[in-house]
Amino acid sequence: MTLTKAELADLLFEKVGLNKREAKDMVEAFFEEIRTQLELSESVKLSGFGNFQLRDKPQRPGRNPKTGEEIPITARRVVTFHPSQKLKSMVEKNYHGKPHA
Amino acid sequence: MTRSDLIAKLAERYPQLLAKDAELTVKVILDTMAETLARGGRIEIRGFGSFALNYRPPRTGRNPKSGDKVQVPAKYVPHFKAGKELRERVDYPAS
Repeated sequence: MTLTKAELADLLFEKVGLNKREAKDMVEAFFEEIRTQLELSESVKLSGFGNFQLRDKPQRPGRNPKTGEEIPITARRVVTFHPSQKLKSMVEKNYHGKPHA
Repeated sequence: MTRSDLIAKLAERYPQLLAKDAELTVKVILDTMAETLARGGRIEIRGFGSFALNYRPPRTGRNPKSGDKVQVPAKYVPHFKAGKELRERVDYPAS
């Protein structure tokens, strides 16, 4: 069971009463607004769900796994997600599936 | 940006929608995402990223106050992996 933009758009059609076109656009806009903020180096805090933050990682030594050759991994900025306490406890309470499920 | 800022931005972007529809949209999307993870499901948003659960095996922890050993049961925690577009947009410009 995998949730995608298509399912989210169907839900907005059913539950919010947007037409199919609006529903599709809103799902796209929702994720685009978050991407835009992160691109501007702004963190995004969605209460009840979690926070997206940016992290600057310095250059570090790496290796080409095929050739064994040493090549530096360049400094970069990456996105990290920290689930809210509410989301973490929802998962802990409801899901006890097998490891690697 | 907070949840209410996001609602305001969506309302601004779509002036033909009612303000309460922007609010409900954000609620439906986030609630559905949270419920999907709580059922053990995955979320895949192309260009944004994917959410899945990571397994944490049981371990023996300690109560930091009393120093007593406590058994921490196995659990699953939500994990996000940024997609290609998001990764490229937040990274430093390629020189």
